[in-house]
Amino acid sequence: MATANLPPLDTELEIDPMQDSGVSSFRKFWRRFSRHRLALVGLGILVFLILVSIFAPFLTPYSPTTPNLTQVLLPPSAAHPLGTDALGRDVLARLMYGGRVSFMVGFFSMIIATSIGVVWGATSGYLGGIWDTLMMRFVDLVMSFPAIFLLLVVLNLTGANASVGLMILYLGLFGWTGLSRIVRSQVLSLRSQEYVEAARAQGASNARILFKHVLPGAMAPVWVSAAFGVAGSMLAEASLDFLGFGLQPQIPSWGNMLDSAESYIVTHPLLILAPGLVITIAVVAINFVGDALRDALDPRSTAGMQRIG
Amino acid sequence: MTKYALQRMIQAIPLLFLVTIVTYFIMNLAPGGPLSMYLHNPHVTQSQIAVLAKQLGLNQPWYVRYFKWLWALLHGNWGYSYFSGQPVIQLIGERLPNTLILMGSAFLVSLCLGIPLGIYSATHQYSLFDYTFSFLSFFAWAMPSFFFGLLLQMIFAVKLGWLPVAGMYSEFYPPSLWELLRHLILPTTVLGLGSLAGWSRFMRSGLLEVIRQDYIRTAKAKGLKERSVVLKHALKNALLPIVTIIGMDLPGFFGGAVITEEIFAWPGMGRLFLSALNDRDYPVQMAALLISAALLILGNLLADLAYGLLDPRIQYN
Repeated sequence: MATANLPPLDTELEIDPMQDSGVSSFRKFWRRFSRHRLALVGLGILVFLILVSIFAPFLTPYSPTTPNLTQVLLPPSAAHPLGTDALGRDVLARLMYGGRVSFMVGFFSMIIATSIGVVWGATSGYLGGIWDTLMMRFVDLVMSFPAIFLLLVVLNLTGANASVGLMILYLGLFGWTGLSRIVRSQVLSLRSQEYVEAARAQGASNARILFKHVLPGAMAPVWVSAAFGVAGSMLAEASLDFLGFGLQPQIPSWGNMLDSAESYIVTHPLLILAPGLVITIAVVAINFVGDALRDALDPRSTAGMQRIG
Repeated sequence: MTKYALQRMIQAIPLLFLVTIVTYFIMNLAPGGPLSMYLHNPHVTQSQIAVLAKQLGLNQPWYVRYFKWLWALLHGNWGYSYFSGQPVIQLIGERLPNTLILMGSAFLVSLCLGIPLGIYSATHQYSLFDYTFSFLSFFAWAMPSFFFGLLLQMIFAVKLGWLPVAGMYSEFYPPSLWELLRHLILPTTVLGLGSLAGWSRFMRSGLLEVIRQDYIRTAKAKGLKERSVVLKHALKNALLPIVTIIGMDLPGFFGGAVITEEIFAWPGMGRLFLSALNDRDYPVQMAALLISAALLILGNLLADLAYGLLDPRIQYN
């Protein structure tokens, strides 16, 4: 996957006055994080968008899926603040319910990708030798392909009509390679540390050493990459919807809304603008948060959002 | 260096080989199969379909077909499209240059604009330009490319009528370089925007990091002009990480090309691949996949070599 990296807005690594004082690590983290005002704004926007999509049924009387052919393509009004689409469905309601799909896809595929990436990279780095070589060659193999082609091929298996679960699975399965490289290099540098030696001398098992002693120290880049992972997956899902290889058309998702609105670009631009702006705002918000996370946890890292297209 | 390049290319061959097996297998799992379009056609009988399947070799299991495909490929034969019967090499030959034109122009534009913008942003840190540009580049990076494409179409092609909506040449004028350039502007913008934003931001932070180093202070203390310190001393080192990023971004260009071609009806490989997926046209799918993978590997190799040219500390062996 494309891993262009957006460095943080403020790259200066200032010396933190709280660095060695006895303040709890969370407060230290929060101090560094909240220095980024844009990240706080982003966090606020995200909380708002997520709450709205969770409580969508209480906020709108309309169904996001049931067509109403007497109310087709209405302009914005008091009853329909953003109008209705070509099947007479309320655009605002679809946006709210669409948030559920987009955030779910983003979040859960990130969980899958992160889990695989951490376990794969940590195992590879910790075992070393021939296992390391083999496992990393496999990563090279997956990465030597434009991810979108592979995603399109597997999505085509279900006739380009994926369910939300399947989409989550596929995006997760194709999104872990970059992270596994980062985790591996972290583990490589940590495993020869003295405290790891000490644990080994005490007779700790490999698994215990890896998960209890090595991995916790390697987690900073993982959180950062997880944040960007959510954004990348949301964007990828929308792009695949748009190409007609994504979620089933009746599922209300931001990408599907854009896809079905393409033919109304001239007559009803709002149908494009509404979902497009919401996706953009959500992704920007996550990127701001990821940026501040990186600055607070892992300032040297170059992790960034991955874009498949 | 030539030896290193050759070595890398030879190493890529088993990689490509493995990938073809896996993808061939997965493609063949797709429901329907290449002949499903005839199933509901009353003029085509079952036995005719069986004959067609035999002619195309579709009655054999996938691994037999795979090895036949591979054997033919090793003899320079890319096979024939199930759908149109045209030689695959001809289809690819028509489409690949168009994709390369699109990707090449997007690449050049992001490079030629992104790097200078990043340098300007870094040398004018905390200026109004720096803030605005940084903020905008976040949006550019986060905006789904198809949304951006639809917006551009809406504004510049439909509302203002300055540029053509889609396609590569006009239906009304004879093909010319001028027509091609007019048709290129919007797709290039869409495909290049993300990397333009990413590369300029990376250039900015890379340069800022280098500028703080001691040897830059020395150069300034010697009384060298600010301009020559930045452009001669700092830039060289700051460019190094950019080369890596550009290499890592190449797969994104392929993905972006698929989406951009779809929005602007650009007759390239991406659209060929999408329609081949829909038609279950395996030979065309395989060719498109294999050629993009090969191009990607080549691109990564070039990025590696460029890195070596910029950084004399790196030895290839």
